[in-house]
Amino acid sequence: MENLEQIRDRLLARFPGAEVTLINNPGPSAQHSLLLGLAQAREIALFLRDDPALRLDYCSNATGIDWPAKEFTDVVRTPVKDAAGATLRILEEKTKRVTPGFLEVVYHLYSMEKKHGPVVIRLRTGNRTDQVTVPSLTPVWRSCDFQEREIFDLYGVNFEGHHDLRRILMWDGFKDHPMRKDYVAPDDYEWEPTPHGAVLEKAKAHYPAPPPATVP
Amino acid sequence: MTPEAPITDNEREELRRQGIMLTSLQEIYNWGRSNSVWPLQFGLACCAIEMIATATARFDIARFGAEVFRPSPRQADLMIVSGTVTKKMAPQVIRLWNQMPEPKYCIAMGACAISGGPFKQGYNVLKGIDRFIPVDIYIPGCPPRPEALLNGLIELQKKIRGEKLTGPNAARHLRPDGPGERLVPEFGEHDLNPPHDPEVWQAPSLPRKT
Repeated sequence: MENLEQIRDRLLARFPGAEVTLINNPGPSAQHSLLLGLAQAREIALFLRDDPALRLDYCSNATGIDWPAKEFTDVVRTPVKDAAGATLRILEEKTKRVTPGFLEVVYHLYSMEKKHGPVVIRLRTGNRTDQVTVPSLTPVWRSCDFQEREIFDLYGVNFEGHHDLRRILMWDGFKDHPMRKDYVAPDDYEWEPTPHGAVLEKAKAHYPAPPPATVP
Repeated sequence: MTPEAPITDNEREELRRQGIMLTSLQEIYNWGRSNSVWPLQFGLACCAIEMIATATARFDIARFGAEVFRPSPRQADLMIVSGTVTKKMAPQVIRLWNQMPEPKYCIAMGACAISGGPFKQGYNVLKGIDRFIPVDIYIPGCPPRPEALLNGLIELQKKIRGEKLTGPNAARHLRPDGPGERLVPEFGEHDLNPPHDPEVWQAPSLPRKT
């Protein structure tokens, strides 16, 4: 199978104006992926499925990732020098920047016919609140049906073009998305004999320590 | 039929050895009931596989008269809650319990049915079926071995044999205030509504040691 750079270049040549970005995975698994723009994602997916060299006819897995807004602190160090050129002190200038959060959907594609894969493709939403719509790839790969419903249920990504987008694990009246990082589970804490960690914090809130015994 | 038998159990055993059968209505009624406990046939998770194994020839729950797994709650005496009760499943389980006729008993089988087990800190698992249903026997284990389920059944039989027919300590199904439908929770926006039945379960209020 051609590598991801070649696939990306072929996609860019085939779909002029499409956004296809190669995202490198720095980890030891080195599963690099292609980030697709939302506008042409459906056409690109169809191309990946039907292209005679690739024939990625099987989507084995679709999953979601929540990327909350992240705050970074950039430190710029400028040495202050005197007339002779010796360093007097170093000025530190700190600037904070916040990268906006977004939700991501990841598809793992294989080819049953050519016996190769996986090719990993990603779709990103605009933010985590109101621009959470991505095109559904269920019309391309039928196996995405339940998994996209699960992502819709647990992450709150809206799949445009999905034929039956309902919650699949939680009930219909449920309002939250439990796999999001900022989800707070209902507080039904129960006494535990040896609480520790986060459970200890809950225990302190529910069962405050008794007042110290007064020694006569 | 008196709450306190006029002769002691030892005297009765002695009479039986001499060929004189002496019994009370309470004893024979409970003896019959305890040896034909019919469980409701339903499984929720991996504990159900152990429950099926208990019904097979190697462990043979028929030795205790409990082999007739009924597919209808209206014919069942015992509900074995065998596995994880998710919050989505909980109203259905409680509805089945409400459809069972008295006298009825409940066995919470395995860590999940007792307390939520490994999913206790999660968001979608009921932290113990005893929050909605009065549980008679708790069987720990993940999942419990078939022997443990049989032991739980034997303990339940002991409990049934010890039940009184009259008096203030009478069995639940004979008291006018005893039977009744348990509350079926509704699906709320964030959790079950209510999250537990206050008549059945209250959070333990144990002080935390410093």
